[in-house]
Amino acid sequence: MKQELDYKALLPKKLLEQFEEAVLEEKLTAKQQQEALEKVHYEYEKSKISPGEAIGIITAESFGEPGTQMTLNVFHFAGVAEVAVTQGLPRLIEIFDARKEIKTPMMRIFLDKEISKDPEKVKKLAAQIKETTIQEVVSDFSIDVAKLEVQLVLDKQKMRNMALTNNHLMKALENDIKTATIKDDGDSIILKTKAKENELMETYKLKEKAKETFVRGVEGITQVLPVKEGNEYVILTAGSNLAEILIMKGVDPDRTTTNDVFEAIKVLGVEAARQTIINEAEKVIEDQGLEVDMRHILFIADMMTTSGTIKGITRSGISGQKESVLARASFETPIEHLVDASLIGEVDNLNSVIENVMLNQIVPLGTGMPELIAGKPAATKEE
Amino acid sequence: MAEDYIYKFVNQIGFGVLGPEEITKMSTVKIVTPELYDNEGYPVDGGLMDIRLGVIDPGLRCKTCGGKLKECMGHFGHIELARPVIHIKYLKVLLDCLRSSCRECGRILLQDKDFEKWKGRTTKALSERNEEAKRDVIGDITGSLKNIRKCPHCKAKQFTIKIEKPSTFMENDRRLTPIEIKTRLERISNEDLYYLGIQDKAARPEWMILGVLPIPPVTMRPSITLETGERSEDDLTHKLGDVVRINQRLFENINAGAPEIIVEDLWDLLQYHVTTYFDNTISQVPPARHRSGQALKTITERIKSKEGRFRHNLAGKRVNFAARAVISPDPKIKFNEVGVPERIAKELTIPEKVTEWNKNWLITFIKQGPENYPGANYLIRSDGKKKQITEETRDKIIEELAPGQIVERHLLDGDIALFNRQPSLHRMSIMCHRIRVLPGRSFRLNPSVCNAYNADFDGDEMNLHIPQTEEARAEAEILMEVPTQLITPKHGYNVMGCVEDSVTGLFLLTRGEGMTFTKEDASQLLTTIGLDAKIPKQKISGKELFSLLLPKDFNYHGYSRAYKKDGPTPQKGDDALVTIEDGVLTSGVIDSTSVGEERGKMVMEFYRKYGPEQTVDFLGKAFRLGIKILFKRGFTIGIDSMDTSADVNNKIQEALDKGQHDVDQLIKEYLDGDMETLPGRTLAETLEIKTVGVLNKVRDTVGQFVSASTTMNNAAVIMAKSGARGNILNLTQMSGCVGQQALMGQRIQTGYKGRTLSMFKKHDLRSPAHGFVRSSFKRGLNPYEFFFHAMTGRDGLMDTALRTPKSGYLYRRLANALQDVKVEYDNTVRDANGNIIQYQYGEDGIEVSKSWGGTIPVKRIVKSVKA
Repeated sequence: MKQELDYKALLPKKLLEQFEEAVLEEKLTAKQQQEALEKVHYEYEKSKISPGEAIGIITAESFGEPGTQMTLNVFHFAGVAEVAVTQGLPRLIEIFDARKEIKTPMMRIFLDKEISKDPEKVKKLAAQIKETTIQEVVSDFSIDVAKLEVQLVLDKQKMRNMALTNNHLMKALENDIKTATIKDDGDSIILKTKAKENELMETYKLKEKAKETFVRGVEGITQVLPVKEGNEYVILTAGSNLAEILIMKGVDPDRTTTNDVFEAIKVLGVEAARQTIINEAEKVIEDQGLEVDMRHILFIADMMTTSGTIKGITRSGISGQKESVLARASFETPIEHLVDASLIGEVDNLNSVIENVMLNQIVPLGTGMPELIAGKPAATKEE
Repeated sequence: MAEDYIYKFVNQIGFGVLGPEEITKMSTVKIVTPELYDNEGYPVDGGLMDIRLGVIDPGLRCKTCGGKLKECMGHFGHIELARPVIHIKYLKVLLDCLRSSCRECGRILLQDKDFEKWKGRTTKALSERNEEAKRDVIGDITGSLKNIRKCPHCKAKQFTIKIEKPSTFMENDRRLTPIEIKTRLERISNEDLYYLGIQDKAARPEWMILGVLPIPPVTMRPSITLETGERSEDDLTHKLGDVVRINQRLFENINAGAPEIIVEDLWDLLQYHVTTYFDNTISQVPPARHRSGQALKTITERIKSKEGRFRHNLAGKRVNFAARAVISPDPKIKFNEVGVPERIAKELTIPEKVTEWNKNWLITFIKQGPENYPGANYLIRSDGKKKQITEETRDKIIEELAPGQIVERHLLDGDIALFNRQPSLHRMSIMCHRIRVLPGRSFRLNPSVCNAYNADFDGDEMNLHIPQTEEARAEAEILMEVPTQLITPKHGYNVMGCVEDSVTGLFLLTRGEGMTFTKEDASQLLTTIGLDAKIPKQKISGKELFSLLLPKDFNYHGYSRAYKKDGPTPQKGDDALVTIEDGVLTSGVIDSTSVGEERGKMVMEFYRKYGPEQTVDFLGKAFRLGIKILFKRGFTIGIDSMDTSADVNNKIQEALDKGQHDVDQLIKEYLDGDMETLPGRTLAETLEIKTVGVLNKVRDTVGQFVSASTTMNNAAVIMAKSGARGNILNLTQMSGCVGQQALMGQRIQTGYKGRTLSMFKKHDLRSPAHGFVRSSFKRGLNPYEFFFHAMTGRDGLMDTALRTPKSGYLYRRLANALQDVKVEYDNTVRDANGNIIQYQYGEDGIEVSKSWGGTIPVKRIVKSVKA
């Protein structure tokens, strides 16, 4: 007798959605629907993964093999402006290593509806976000050796464009530089060091410091680029500062993203970091014109974030934090691991792959996984 | 036989530090003399090669266990050191212990109230086995105690302790001898040690000062006898010899009451030798060398790095029953076959257990002997003794042949083998094939499986392994056979399909006007490809011929490469629309989108419906059909395939001229200052972008001219259109124009100061000066074009050469980090310790290699119900 199953409850949500959609499209009768559902469920069951499958290795292979096909070309320029992006293998390595300092941090800032359609307002917001330093509005830094002064010749044209006045600059300089007297000279600003010895050296230092003085904007955002995507404008940035951007007026915090995993975990938590890893890895693969199934990306992201923090795939990350001494020792720096193990008398329970390979024993994966449990036979009299 | 062995499993391995008592307990010999052999060449008692330490010479017996060579695993000995020395690997631990404990009372310098505070963290870190957390806690504790100047327990004054490299401890500029250190460490209680990350069951800090040194068994430092009869000792033996010699001298000097300074010098020398015995690569310690100047390989070097014990010997194994040979193609064998030369088939064997039923069959092999194929090489008797089958022994062996014995017979067609090509980057790099013994000296494989192995025939070599047990053969057959690997777990599409000529052949066979065959020709063809089918008509078209390969209930709808997304919707009968109804190809052309690798849609459909075996069978037939068609029709590509008519040629030259002119125009605009800057760009960059735009357009126009001028009778076009090899761009480059050479995503910019090559004027911005190759490959490149082309070619080579090790390391790290993650019986994904990574694999439990491109074709299923 055939049992009626609730197939719908047995299917994953995504397949069910696809099914409903297809059914509507094809206008199936109720009976046909049931038949189709049964078939889909049959196919689903057939495609399910078997216990014991060494899914970790499969994922590693799925990334390792396309890795050989990726380019090493580091930079690629997004659009016309100079927002450079690390790409290909170097970027993939960066993501999987969980590097704290990534080469090209980037943000994609989505905007509120009122602003996102109006290019003028977007431009204004972009200018507000961009970090401006003194050197951008100064046409010349010169040191007067006789007077021991630094003269900053202002580029009035640029200042007007950016709606900056001398006052803005003076304030910024006064905030940043405490070791010098600052004088507004109309077309230029004069700095004179207060140091009493080694003045020339100090003056030179002063000049360098003045260059980097932060005037306004969001710290860390070195470039902004408003781009039209679909029917709205978004702002791409070089440099990332999620915490400050998210609370800015006009920014849509729900959709704004960063490519810096550590910033994601700091501001939004581990789930966001996981999603960032997924998005970024997917982007690299896609940009290289390669194809790797989503499940592999998900798996690596899960592996890196299950502990609640981000663990890289490095000797100090996942590989270095394995329980088994031998597994750690076989990866990198074996001596250190053995010495550490000897101090606390670690015991290796041999429950992962590599230790059993070392000992010529059966590996607890795949066909090596099943174990036979049998009752002890009753002792016979002779024994 | 098997019953003789006791099979044991290792359940746990514990680690710890050997204490002096343990060392002496496990020692069989006390080594007292640096001499190795006496005058007769016999190992000296109490020397480093003492036969109580095990034997390495055939014929000798171990004095400890009585075992012969290979039976005796060897035994440890020991040396009593005249003065204790520091174990260099524990230097940091010793420093931590000294700094954190009181120099008078030996208590740890923690305040009473602080014990509780640290206990929690320490216990947590130790129980979690988190190396990093442990190091952090211990680091914090020792860090906080480093600067305490007064013992909180006995109020004694503390001093700063420093290490003077390599291994001297200094307390306020006074040298601490190992003896002093040892007495201090002995005072630290077990409870206090806990806070320093040392568990007393495993280690005591004073054990890290060596009073007795264990001597490893000779079996792990065997000497080799050179051809001259001279003995060459192992590096470790050399080093230990030094230790023993200096130790003896130190003893003698102490006993003779030598001045303190001499004793101390010798002591330091002993320290040096023991240090280099453990590690010969410590900075600031000059490495101990051979007389030849080559540095000795001591314990640390034996263990670490790629060639070390772990990665070379423990994680990597060597096998028997393997062969390696150059590969060459054979399109006539099946996908899951491998052609094996007879010579290899005679060398590799399969153990066949003798039973009542196969006895006579096996006798035929033994009769043939090892020289004739198919024969047998060895017989293994019931007691496990291996006997060679030779002319002399043959008859006796046949006479005594009885069930229970094992005959090692030569390989036969159909035997199971594993076939592998390095680098083994994915699981399709090692697959199970059936043996097919063939003449010749190379392994033969079907070109269709090349993609899976990433093999070609420019001299590649591959390995063959013969599984020796029933279990291994069963696993290979069920899990690893070629058909089971048709779909890659990387993205869920087929990795094997028709390639190269067979795609061309099928394309020619099934395209629009197609081919027709007489009944005789058709049946001839079908017979050669191994298909026994009835030909219904006297005259048969190409499409009908192809349909004969298909099962009668196969339906498929798809598009061919001729389909263009933005073009008109193809009608039935067009090449672009591929339709198979009830096993008949009613419309469309078969090309690489249907039967090719990576994205063979029809192959995927076939696979889902009929499963792996039938798919491979079908693919094999289609493959052979395609090739036979080319045999019959003839197919060739020559220099004339790149010919373009004079008219087209003129058009191309015009387009190129115009392009060059446009660029010159842009340069003029730029120099006159009439150019408008693009937002966010400098003027020079703007010019560059515009120039590149113009030049790319030129290449595209040339491409259009070329492809418009070609006909479908052109071999190069047929190959490009069918997806067999090459594309229209290749053709354009050959007959039209090679186009812009790019370096780092730009036109070529580097070279001499202000110019790319010395032949150009400085600051020349025109197209030829920056790598635009106007010529075609057929016409030939002029010298500077050739040079630019070579530049980009070299750049590409560099990229590959630099990338391979990087991606290889990434792969190694990934594999190492993920290797023990598996799907458990409850469908969760867990690591080796049972920590859950995912509740269901990939959030829906679908295995990619069992899916259709990572999902299930719901739409197709629903449609099929409707039909």
